[in-house]
Amino acid sequence: MRSFVSARLSAASVTATHVSLGTPIDNEPPEATAALETVHLSRKVGERAVVHDVSIRVSAGEILAVVGPSGAGKSSFLRLLNRLDEPTSGTVLLKSRDFRSIAPRQLRRRIGMVMQTAYLFPDTVAANIAFGPRQRGEILAPARIELLLERVGLPGFADRHISNLSGGEAQRVALARTLANEPEVLLLDEPTSALDEASVRGIEDLILGIVEERRMTCVIVTHNRAQAIRLAGRTTVMEAGRLVAMGPTREVLHVG
Amino acid sequence: MLAELQNSIGNDVLMGLAQAAGAIALCAAVVALCGWQSVHVEREAAVSMSRGLVQMVLVGLVLALLLHGSLLIGSLILFMMTIAAAITAARRLKGMAGALPLCFWSIGAGAGTIIAVMLATRSLRPDISMLVPVGSMIIANAMNACAQAIERFRAEILAHVGQIEAGLSLGAEPSVTVAPYLQSAVYASLLPRLDMMKSLGLVWIPGVMAGMVVSGASPVYAAIYQFTVVAMILAASGITGLAATVLMRSRAFSAAAQLALRPTETPALNRASGPAH
Repeated sequence: MRSFVSARLSAASVTATHVSLGTPIDNEPPEATAALETVHLSRKVGERAVVHDVSIRVSAGEILAVVGPSGAGKSSFLRLLNRLDEPTSGTVLLKSRDFRSIAPRQLRRRIGMVMQTAYLFPDTVAANIAFGPRQRGEILAPARIELLLERVGLPGFADRHISNLSGGEAQRVALARTLANEPEVLLLDEPTSALDEASVRGIEDLILGIVEERRMTCVIVTHNRAQAIRLAGRTTVMEAGRLVAMGPTREVLHVG
Repeated sequence: MLAELQNSIGNDVLMGLAQAAGAIALCAAVVALCGWQSVHVEREAAVSMSRGLVQMVLVGLVLALLLHGSLLIGSLILFMMTIAAAITAARRLKGMAGALPLCFWSIGAGAGTIIAVMLATRSLRPDISMLVPVGSMIIANAMNACAQAIERFRAEILAHVGQIEAGLSLGAEPSVTVAPYLQSAVYASLLPRLDMMKSLGLVWIPGVMAGMVVSGASPVYAAIYQFTVVAMILAASGITGLAATVLMRSRAFSAAAQLALRPTETPALNRASGPAH
């Protein structure tokens, strides 16, 4: 097994020294059974490989950061995990089950995703939060909506129209909307990139708290190395669609 | 049939040729006036007028033959018109696989249903001289509705990729995620027809009514009949707009409920996609 130390490569140094991490054994998570696993996951668009042979394992309660320069394929990789895009080869295992054997709607309920932009629906905050459960015929009780809003730091916001929210508030609502589906895995695609510093810290604290209390599996894409250090126990580095380094965040990002 | 054709090429044609000669003389005078101001269009004007006259006489002869044909010929003409309309509307969906059949079936569903209903309810006589002109009006409007609906629906989807994928990520059916955009596309395609209905008789008197009055029909009956035709056009447009957007919606997503119609990857609808599960 390749040790984490051997994978201690900074974003700069790995450019020249690509590490083969094509097998899950290279990325052994803290626990033996991975909640989420990718096996030789690849996606080509035309002749271009936007994600190439990525194999990782993430366990329950773990936050894995995916860092890398713009155009490295981080978001493309994340979109493959909840099957918003189709892999051209390889697969994703959710609790050891191939994701193609799970109906897409059910898969996306179990693997929730918060995007870079909140993309709230033009309605009230409560309607947005109730959207996911409503898709499977469940009516979310007002008390439950309020509980979710309290958890994301927005008590009393249920009846507000989304047009009256700040960027940070909208992103918190997007997080509450995803949590209303009670996902097992949380995918975060640069969730704080459009926010000011105060809002960034608030959302980060929220993510840490929620992942810990729900023992969720979380994969966060970020271009912010400091954010990866604050949130993630392990970090992967992607470049040109390939996974070029993986290990404990401080080691991978060369934090002394 | 030939005897009727000969009759139609009788005195009326001679009178028409005399009127055309007068129009040519007037145009020639205008061309001479232009020449006096050093704007020389003599050659172009002569060629254009000659071509225009010959083409229109030929069209008139073809129509004279067709208008005395059977119902089958009338149906064939409408079928060819539907194909031509589908080709025109499909140009709005450049690059989208299956655009032509989508437009053909949508226009066919709208115009075909309404023409059949009109024939069944005797609002339209099974007579080629009525079937072709009224049918062509319905097909032309269905074509416009189809083009407007698909263009708007595509633009709305491309402008709301984030919202649609946010909905998909929350476990929504693809049809739920694009429902507001489908509704606005169908509404947009109906709007010109609704405006046409509102302005009927106030801003414009359509050709069918004018033709009926000129040929001796009761003006009141002609007016009511024109309303019927415009109402049928509205109905045909509604069916066409709905059919076009529903068909397009099914092509906008893969079997695994992935949004295939996206601005970043082309050709958008030919992307590799997996089975549902």
